[in-house]
Amino acid sequence: MLEAAGSGHSAGSMGLADIFTVLYFNVMNHDPKNPEWEDRDVLFLSNGHTVPVQYAAMAEAGYFDKEELMTLRKLGSRLQGHPERVKLPGMESTSGPLGCGLSQAAGYAYTLQYMDDIKHRFAYVVMGDGELDEGNIWEAAMFAGKYKLSQLIAIVDRNNIQLDGNTEDIMPLEDLRAKWESFGWHVLEVDGHNVEGIIEAIDTAKAITSRPCVILAYTIPGKGVDFMEYDYKWHGISPNGDQARDALQKLQANDDMISSEDAK
Amino acid sequence: MSEYILNPNLFNDDVQQEPIRAGMGRGLKLAGEADSRVVALCADLTESTQIHLFKEAFPERFVQVGIAEQNLVAVASGMAQAGKIPFASSYAAFNPGRNWEQIKTTVALNEQPVKIIGGHAGVTVGPDGATHQMLEDIAIMRVLPNMVVVVPGDSLEAEKATMAIATNSKPSYIRVTRVKTPIISTPETPFEIGKAYVVREGSDVSLMGTGIMTYQMLAAANILATRGIHAEVVHVPTVKPLDEDTIIASARKTGRVVTGEEAQIAGGFGGAVSELLGEKMPTPIKRIGLEDRFGESGDPYELLDFFGLTGEHIANKVEKFVHSTPQYHREY
Repeated sequence: MLEAAGSGHSAGSMGLADIFTVLYFNVMNHDPKNPEWEDRDVLFLSNGHTVPVQYAAMAEAGYFDKEELMTLRKLGSRLQGHPERVKLPGMESTSGPLGCGLSQAAGYAYTLQYMDDIKHRFAYVVMGDGELDEGNIWEAAMFAGKYKLSQLIAIVDRNNIQLDGNTEDIMPLEDLRAKWESFGWHVLEVDGHNVEGIIEAIDTAKAITSRPCVILAYTIPGKGVDFMEYDYKWHGISPNGDQARDALQKLQANDDMISSEDAK
Repeated sequence: MSEYILNPNLFNDDVQQEPIRAGMGRGLKLAGEADSRVVALCADLTESTQIHLFKEAFPERFVQVGIAEQNLVAVASGMAQAGKIPFASSYAAFNPGRNWEQIKTTVALNEQPVKIIGGHAGVTVGPDGATHQMLEDIAIMRVLPNMVVVVPGDSLEAEKATMAIATNSKPSYIRVTRVKTPIISTPETPFEIGKAYVVREGSDVSLMGTGIMTYQMLAAANILATRGIHAEVVHVPTVKPLDEDTIIASARKTGRVVTGEEAQIAGGFGGAVSELLGEKMPTPIKRIGLEDRFGESGDPYELLDFFGLTGEHIANKVEKFVHSTPQYHREY
C-alpha cells in the first residue's frame, strides 16, 4: 500500500499493527456495515500519519474492499494521506496535525460520562510518542484527569522515534509514567507486540472507573522488517518496489513461522 | 424578503445601548432551551463572555476547560462527534487567535458543527491594549472552507445570530464585542445568515459596515447628508457567506463603495468586499478599519476616535473619497 502510494509513514504504521489488530478484532464494539452504530466504541487516531495501519485494519474488518487500499494518497481516494472523517465512513475524526486527538476523545468520553449517561461505550485514542511534545496533549491530559474520564482509554505508541531522530534526543519524554500519573491518570505499560498483553491492559483500563487510563505500548518501529526496525529514517518515508517486496517476504516468513509454531 | 427595520430611536440621545456580547449570551440560553444538544464550553472567561447565563440554566451542559484554548476547541470537536452542538467560548484574541489550527483541522475540515465564540473583539475592548484587541479574526476565519462568519451589529442581532448558528449544522464563528454600543435594530428586525441589508437608501456612495461599524456608517451618512452627499448604508452581519447580490446591487447603484470594520482592513471584511467587486463588479472602493497596525490602550470610544472609526471621521474620509473618485457605472 505504501509502496503504491509512493510516500507515507512506514515505521509507525507497522509498529502499530498488533495494537490495531487488537482494537479492531478483539476489544472494540463496532459494525463495519453500520459505521454510525449508536452503541459503537469510537477510536480517534491522533497521530494521523500512521493511518495506513488503520486503513488496513478497516479493510480487513470489512469497512471497504481491500483493493481500495492501493488508492492510498491518490487523487480522488477516500484514503487520504492523513485521515478525513467526512471522506471515509467509520473514521471518527480528521487528523494529522499532531496533539489534538486526545482532546477530541476526551470530549467524546466526557459526553458519554456526564451528558448522556452512557456507561457501556468507550472512547479510544491512539497517540504517537513524538506528539507528546505538543502542549495541546497536556492540556487534554489535565482536562481528562480533572473530570476522571473513565471511559477514555489512551494508547501511546512508545516507539522512541520521531521525524528528526530519537525522542529522547529531540525532546526527552521520560519519566513518562510519572508525567501521566501526576496528571491523574492510571498508567499501564505493555509490550506493544504482545497481543494478549495488549488485550489484558485494555480490559484493565475498562475496569478502572475512577480515572482515565493510558497504556504506554512499547513498540518497535518498522516491526518485522529488519532493515526498518528501530531506524527513525523510516518514520516518514515509504519503501520502493524492491524494499516493499523484501519487506513483505520477511513479514510473510514471520507469519509462516508463527503459524507453524501454533500448529505444533 | 422582509425589510430591515432600524431602531426609530437610533439617533436620539437616549438610544438604548448594550454590549453585543450580552445578546449573544441571551441567544445561547435560548438556543439551549430550544435544543438539548446545545452545550457550552469556556476557557476561564465564563462571565465576561456571558456564558454564565447558559451555565446557570443548564449546569450539566456547561464544561469548564480552564485556560487552554487549543483543548477547548478540540474537546468541542469530540463532543460534536458525539452528537452535541458545542459553543466554544473565549476571547477572540485566543479563540481563534491561539487555536486556529485546531479550528481548521478538527472543526472546519472535519465539518463539525462547533460554534466558535470570539469575545472582546476589536479595539473597543479598550484599556487591555493591543494584545487583547483582536483585529485579525475576520480575516483568518473567513479564509477557512466550510466556516460561517457572523459579525452582529448590535445585541439584538447577536441574540438572533446565536440562535441561527445553533441550527445551521455548520462550523461557525461569531464575533462579539465588550463595550455598550447603540442598538440599531428592533426585536422585529429580521436576521438571516448570509443576508446583507440596505438600511438606508442613497445614490452617491455605498457605506458597507459590519459589526458595530454599521452604526458609525449610519452616523456618517447623517453628516454626509448635511454636506449634500447621499450615502446608501448596507449592513453586512454575515461576512461569510457574503451576500453577493445585495452588495453588487448597491455598488452598481452608487458606483462607489466604502467598507467599515473594527478590524484589519487587510483580508477582513473590506478584503472580502474588494475581492467580490474586483471580480464581478469593479467599483472604486475605500476600506476603513485598522491600517496595518496594532491597537493600543485607551477608552473604547477614545480609541474609535483615535483610529478614525467614528461617524465624523468616516464622513470626512468619505467626502474626500467621493470628491476625488468619479462614480463608476458599467452596464452588465
